[in-house]
Amino acid sequence: MTADAPRQGLSEWLQSEQPASRRQARLGQAWRTWLAFTKNRLGMVGLGIVLLLVFVAIFADVIAPYDPVIGGDLRTLRLLPPSMDHLMGTDDLARDIFSRVIHGARLTLMVVALVAVIATPIGLLVGTTSGYFGGWLDIVLMRITDIFLAFPRLILALAFVAALGPGIENAIIAIAITSWPPYARLARAETLTIRNAEHIDAIRLQGASPARIIWGHVTPLCLSSVIIRVTLDMAGIILTAAGLGFLGLGAQPPQPEWGAMIAGGRRFLIDYWWVATMPGAAIFLVSLGFNLLGDGLRDVLDPKAAK
Amino acid sequence: MALIEIEDLEVTFGSGGRVVQALRNVSLSVCEEESFGIVGESGSGKSTVLRALCGLAPVTGGRMRIAGKAVPSPRDPEFYRRVQMVFQDPYASLHPRHTIDRVLSEPLAIHGFDRREQRVEQALDEVGLGAGFRFRYPHQLSGGQRQRVAIARALILEPSVILLDEPTSALDASIQAEVLNLLDRLRAERGLTYVLVSHDLAVVSHMCDRLVVMQSGEVVEHLTREALKDHVTKNDYTSNLLTASEGFTRDPAPQR
Amino acid sequence: MKPLLSVENLRIAFPSRQGPVEVVRGVSFNLGRERLGIVGESGSGKSQTGRALLGLTPVSGTATADRLEFDGVDLRNATAKQWRSLRGARMSMVMQDPKFSLNPVMTIGKQLMEAVKLHGGKSEARDKSLAMLEAVQIRDPDRVMAAYPHELSGGMGQRAMIAMMLVTEPDLLIADEPTSALDVTVQIEVLRILDNLVTQRGMSLIFISHDLKLVSTFCDRVLVMYAGRVVEELDASRMSEASHPYTRGLLNCLPTITGDSRPLPVLARDDAWLE
Repeated sequence: MTADAPRQGLSEWLQSEQPASRRQARLGQAWRTWLAFTKNRLGMVGLGIVLLLVFVAIFADVIAPYDPVIGGDLRTLRLLPPSMDHLMGTDDLARDIFSRVIHGARLTLMVVALVAVIATPIGLLVGTTSGYFGGWLDIVLMRITDIFLAFPRLILALAFVAALGPGIENAIIAIAITSWPPYARLARAETLTIRNAEHIDAIRLQGASPARIIWGHVTPLCLSSVIIRVTLDMAGIILTAAGLGFLGLGAQPPQPEWGAMIAGGRRFLIDYWWVATMPGAAIFLVSLGFNLLGDGLRDVLDPKAAK
Repeated sequence: MALIEIEDLEVTFGSGGRVVQALRNVSLSVCEEESFGIVGESGSGKSTVLRALCGLAPVTGGRMRIAGKAVPSPRDPEFYRRVQMVFQDPYASLHPRHTIDRVLSEPLAIHGFDRREQRVEQALDEVGLGAGFRFRYPHQLSGGQRQRVAIARALILEPSVILLDEPTSALDASIQAEVLNLLDRLRAERGLTYVLVSHDLAVVSHMCDRLVVMQSGEVVEHLTREALKDHVTKNDYTSNLLTASEGFTRDPAPQR
Repeated sequence: MKPLLSVENLRIAFPSRQGPVEVVRGVSFNLGRERLGIVGESGSGKSQTGRALLGLTPVSGTATADRLEFDGVDLRNATAKQWRSLRGARMSMVMQDPKFSLNPVMTIGKQLMEAVKLHGGKSEARDKSLAMLEAVQIRDPDRVMAAYPHELSGGMGQRAMIAMMLVTEPDLLIADEPTSALDVTVQIEVLRILDNLVTQRGMSLIFISHDLKLVSTFCDRVLVMYAGRVVEELDASRMSEASHPYTRGLLNCLPTITGDSRPLPVLARDDAWLE
């Protein structure tokens, strides 16, 4: 009962119709969004999966029972089926697949985070600038975007990796460079509808500079749809990273990258199914998690979908 | 002396094949501390006059002067401190993700005003909202409250001219009365000059001393409030508007 | 005489975080062959009342009534089939904005003729549609028949909309703010057309609007709604004798061309009106 009272107070403080400070207003807004999000069961499942990925990545050293890179005795521990000792079996170098999948979460999370951090701002900046100013700047920026869009993502990434040399870092750069154009398109489309809104006219009449309008007024309104799109694209990004790994152009052995692990297990697929299947299941689960999360976010953040 | 002078203003939208001339030869002058009305129906270009003055519409001809000086293009900060605008739709004119506090403090930050905290609270008090509204989001306010915020935003830079673009047409009748009273009081207190655009003759005649009637991009008649009251009008269109604004009449009116 | 429509204790509720909220709280009225105006400000429940009469309450809401009868048919438990035979043929609705009520990818003519065909009369569909467009004083009906909704002006679109709703010759027309999106001069023209049709065809009309002045000059009888209730019911001709403070407040707070009261009298809301 005593534990409940302050919680009740907090919830009321957050949902107050008359916030008394900037902080309370912002937290209250975030709280309302969160409350709406929690109503979406599948979205919560997606969030759970993504949080699990983060948790596993952070505590990989603690969770993983074996070393992910150095295998056991090659005479007795190669290609063992799943058992209590090795939850997902072992691979051809006698390494514990479970430990490798756990450590692979780190690489996956790194790919996802870096691509999001690199591609989203580029896309937002190009899209909002292009949409807000229009004219020749719009034409130039959008044609560049079109050129990037015209290449199949994996092929363009392949070309980049071929030029820069294989490796997980170069794979990330390649994926980031090929994934911003859709965000730029999306941000531009949103900007085109926002820039004629009365509240943008209003701030223009207050004498605000274009940079202030784009950054402070247009971008926040584009952000939610871009975040949704990025989240939904995460599955594709993970798959592209895995694809590059599978082709031997992403993470290099012995790094426990899921795509590269599938490639390694491909040779034994018929006789030792678990070697390729386990990392495949991990890719599937995480991709599904991001998709569900993205759908959930769309329901909350996108006012058009809500009605 | 006239504060705002507009001569032979022309505004043309579009380029190449599809050109729409929104304003043709619009001339008017507004005196200091006067409330001036522009009446017209949709497509008459009444709002375009205000937007052209603010630099939101492409001016293709004519002259605009404020206090004897040509309006600079692009508009300089001094212009924005002198002239502010209140928009028609209180649901569209406030940024949906910004608190009222941010809406009101941003212009102060842009123009480098001091004592921002006090100014924001004072502005809210003046439009009858009070400091309790400061950290709310627009979606937590009613239409009338939003329009009060929009008025506070226009006033916060202490301008001398306020352009009012249909400030009450999106509001209920009872809220309209409150907002009109507020505008009236603020003008009296601060010696403001208003240019009020509306489709509603009654609102304009209530608020304004002089007015023009516009139709398809042109000024068709200059009137005073007294002339409007006594139905002294030379123009057919104006008298049509006058009859229509008195409600429905069952006996068949003369067909045009 | 038996009324065409009788409504008793109509209630409409929508769910919210704090439990169900009633937007219409016990509205009752009878409608004969007349023009009935329902006036109220936004949120008064006037539009929801109109929609409920046609069974068009949004799915999230629930409408209940002690009695909801249209020409002997109990509308409360009407089946989908019964509704289909009523809507359009016997009662129809004109909405505020024709842009949202007309199908943008179909010509006006096609939409009109479809309305006629749906309710029998395939052969004379075209003639009937043309005649209807003429009746709403569209000068060039052939051109309008071939036009798409976006090619028409607001006034034209609303006339086409009215034509579409009236082509089946319903007994009851519900007009929800039919002229609010139009300019004042066009508004009067459209109302005149509506008025003539109602008079000639002996239709009943429910006219929903926020504009007390317009309603009191156009209708025979007026219901004034406030916060989901009818606070006053009176003959339109005796509007000046309104007794409820809300009605009086609404009448007084409008600026007039001739009057010069400043500041304008402001409507002081009283919580007692909610009871």
